[in-house]
Amino acid sequence: MTVNDLRKVLKQNIREYGMYIALFIIMAIFTATTDGVFISSRNITNLMNQTGYIAVLAVGMTLVIIIRHIDLSVGFLAGFLGAIAAIAMVSWGLNVYLTLSLTLALGILAGIATAFLVAQMGIPSFVATLAGWLIYRGALLLVTRKTGTIIIDNAFFNAIGNDYVPDLLGKLPILPEVHKLTLLLGLLTVIWFNISAVKTRRSKQAYNFEVVPMDMFVLKQLFVSAILLCITWILAGYNGLSWTLIIVLVVVGIYHFVASQTVLGRHIYAVGGNPEAAELSGISVKKITYVVFASMGLLSALSGILFASRLQSATTTAGTLFELDAIAAAYIGGVSAAGGVGKIASSLIGALVYMSLTNGMNLMQIDMSLQYIVRGAVLAIAVIFDVTTRRGGK
Amino acid sequence: MPFLGLVMSTSLLEMKNITKTFPGVKALSNVSFKVEQGEIHCLVGENGAGKSTLMKVLSGVYPHGSYTGEILFNGTVQNFRHIADSEKAGIAIIYQELALVPEMTVYENIVLGHEITKGFRIDWNETIRKADEMLKKVRLDVNPATKVKDLGVGKQQLVEIAKALSRNVKLLILDEPTAALNEDDCDNLLNLMDGLRKEGVTCVLISHKLKEVIRIADKVTVLRDGQTVITLDASLGEVSEGILIKHMVGREIEDIYPKRKHERSEDVVMEVSGWYAEDPKTQRMVLRDINFNLKKGEIVGFAGLMGSGRTELARSIFGNPDGYRLKGEIKVKGSRKQLRSPKDAIRSGIAYASEDRKGNGLVLIQDVKQNITLANLQEIAERGVVDKNAEVKIANEYKTALNIKTPTVEQIVVNLSGGNQQKVSVAKWLFVKPDVLILDEPTRGIDVGAKYEIYTLMNKLVEKGMSIIMISSELPEVLGMSDRVYVVSSGRLAGELPIAEANQERIMQMATSC
Ligand SMILES: Nc1ncnc2c1ncn2[C@@H]1O[C@H](COP(=O)(O)OP(=O)(O)OP(=O)(O)O)[C@@H](O)[C@H]1O
Ligand SMILES: [Mg+2]
Repeated sequence: MTVNDLRKVLKQNIREYGMYIALFIIMAIFTATTDGVFISSRNITNLMNQTGYIAVLAVGMTLVIIIRHIDLSVGFLAGFLGAIAAIAMVSWGLNVYLTLSLTLALGILAGIATAFLVAQMGIPSFVATLAGWLIYRGALLLVTRKTGTIIIDNAFFNAIGNDYVPDLLGKLPILPEVHKLTLLLGLLTVIWFNISAVKTRRSKQAYNFEVVPMDMFVLKQLFVSAILLCITWILAGYNGLSWTLIIVLVVVGIYHFVASQTVLGRHIYAVGGNPEAAELSGISVKKITYVVFASMGLLSALSGILFASRLQSATTTAGTLFELDAIAAAYIGGVSAAGGVGKIASSLIGALVYMSLTNGMNLMQIDMSLQYIVRGAVLAIAVIFDVTTRRGGK
Repeated sequence: MPFLGLVMSTSLLEMKNITKTFPGVKALSNVSFKVEQGEIHCLVGENGAGKSTLMKVLSGVYPHGSYTGEILFNGTVQNFRHIADSEKAGIAIIYQELALVPEMTVYENIVLGHEITKGFRIDWNETIRKADEMLKKVRLDVNPATKVKDLGVGKQQLVEIAKALSRNVKLLILDEPTAALNEDDCDNLLNLMDGLRKEGVTCVLISHKLKEVIRIADKVTVLRDGQTVITLDASLGEVSEGILIKHMVGREIEDIYPKRKHERSEDVVMEVSGWYAEDPKTQRMVLRDINFNLKKGEIVGFAGLMGSGRTELARSIFGNPDGYRLKGEIKVKGSRKQLRSPKDAIRSGIAYASEDRKGNGLVLIQDVKQNITLANLQEIAERGVVDKNAEVKIANEYKTALNIKTPTVEQIVVNLSGGNQQKVSVAKWLFVKPDVLILDEPTRGIDVGAKYEIYTLMNKLVEKGMSIIMISSELPEVLGMSDRVYVVSSGRLAGELPIAEANQERIMQMATSC
């Protein structure tokens, strides 16, 4: 393999790798400016937990934007459903499992209501969800009017946003300061990742399809494995995997799988790419719109749960600006407003980039005013980069 | 510099040694192309030969520096960086996909981008006067205040030309202008070009319709695989259909409409009776009392003028995506069907390859393989998960079978030439393996060689028992390929002709009868 090969592969995939590089640079800068506090186990764990409730929204928003819509209502919907969950447990005395199911179901219902306006009545999603934004904001104020902030005292519920997977291997006499279960899971993930990559490669070769050269392949596997191990090591150095992180990873995993491997996913991309052609190909654009908005509602509920659990309470302003953070994360992740283009995993990275900025600048104690300006600039730069590399790729 | 240029060339346009590559494709290699003042110069060649690319190089869509070679226009070397540069120099291109704003009026469209102003305000009176003058020039008799969306394609085409002429063009380039036009509109356009030639306008015409090329061309340049094959001079009697085909395809094609074994069965596969459709938006009856049938293994041609309702008929049968109010019944293989969506129709074994491949046939930003499998993903999926290896394999099979010119099936469709896009669209519906295949203008914008391939393919399909409805505005094609012909006129069935009794005169007569 020559340097040229490497350069070519990089160039062809610059759009995808660009974001990882950006994330790397941002992390490096903050690590330097905070004397390493940023990259410390404790802070990275914290960052992951902060990203959780935005990341799940960004994942749903990516699909919404792919089918050429937008959902502005998700922030206050999350806040409102978080409050409902709190009320259900505190005032109604509902058990926690029922509460969670109820909240998620309500989220799906809310999504279906939006889809009804958009797909059935033909109302532009911007307007329909702006109405939702107002309604859910009002609803949140209404249900918390008497009580104000509702303190949640359910240990199980609060664990979702604050606790960690217990170290089942804690008694082993090696590596005293390290969360060993996390380490083991990380190792297993790396092994699984490599085995499945080799399998995919084999099956491609069986069909006589082109595959990347062997040395390139090995390099890539080594690189990704190293990063995964690195993250594992950092997380294991503090409390290990948080439940929030596990939930986010599962959500991203499922959505990534659905979007990239299934018939449903392909239909979503086709509807985004050319709705008329999709309809004529026997795909019901209405049905896809329902599915995507319902999933958005579900994830809004999840986001509301994660947030309420993290604060161990429901507040009157919960969810404020979540929708814009999620939209920004999706765009930083490279989704296209013209529809039909965007990746789930990239949106997760987009959310990480976005939250790293917040986290890092908070650590540096930068004033809020500047924080907003920097975030805006990064969003603009990310989209400019995306648009220009897309054009270059043609 | 300009003086130096003047000495160098006397032609209006000279493109020298143009080479243009895309990743994986050499679209043009060392192409030379020369156009003299005042002539109509036709550019012909197979799909993907590089005609459109050459014109995009000329107009600055592909800016100077992204290709190699030299362009001399009007005696000077030109390094266009944008379309605006070439426009300023006096080059106007009319693309097959019209670039008009449908919601704007004719006069607004004509001056779009070059508005006539008085101070800071637009001078509407002068605008309308100018527009009127241009419309006269292209012999288009419409009120300039009409919205463009209310005009037929033929008239829209003329508005485009009026728009170009309003900018004092020296060279007018038309990329497949007649592909979407009916015979009358084509005729009209060719007469107009003839008139413009007399006024000294130079034209480059790209077309797959060799008859019109022969009728109008002073010179013809043939491209093949990105290279100039030859330039023929009509005044020397060098231009004939046979010669053109030979140079384009590189071999001779004896019969453009290949024969097939006629073993028609009498089994009726599909029957439509008492079919009415009303457009709820305009309250207009688009179809009235249509009755027809389709037998196993036959090709039935649907002829008629543009706008006669053939596409509406096809779409109303194919699950009615336009939401017309329907009356009547469809029987597929003997049983009555309620087809409420294209999905229902596909399930019942009907497929419809639309005439507007870019608008609603293909997902342009997706690649060849994804487009081919889109309508039948279930077939390569197991419990909802797509088998991507099988997908590539199938796409490659169709790529070979239909001779789709693309470096890989991972190429996004927008990068394919027009004709190859059409083949992808056909491949997509073949993969559905329908009993009834409705092809709406299947060879629009397709070169002779590829047409022959598509015809051969159609023959193979009906021999295997598929039934095909072919909607076509090209009468020779209808006559050459059909077993029976239905003629549609103003939303009604004007009649049915067995192929033995069909000829151009009778069809045209019926087509204009209602
Ligand atoms: N943007 C692009 N990226 C990659 N390949 C391209 C691009 N544009 C054109 N090509 C390729 O260049 C070749 C020439 O295409 P071009 O559109 O010029 O053909 P054409 O002669 O106009 O054909 P048609 O008659 O079908 O319109 C084709 O093989 C096409 O696939
Ligand atoms: Mg072309």
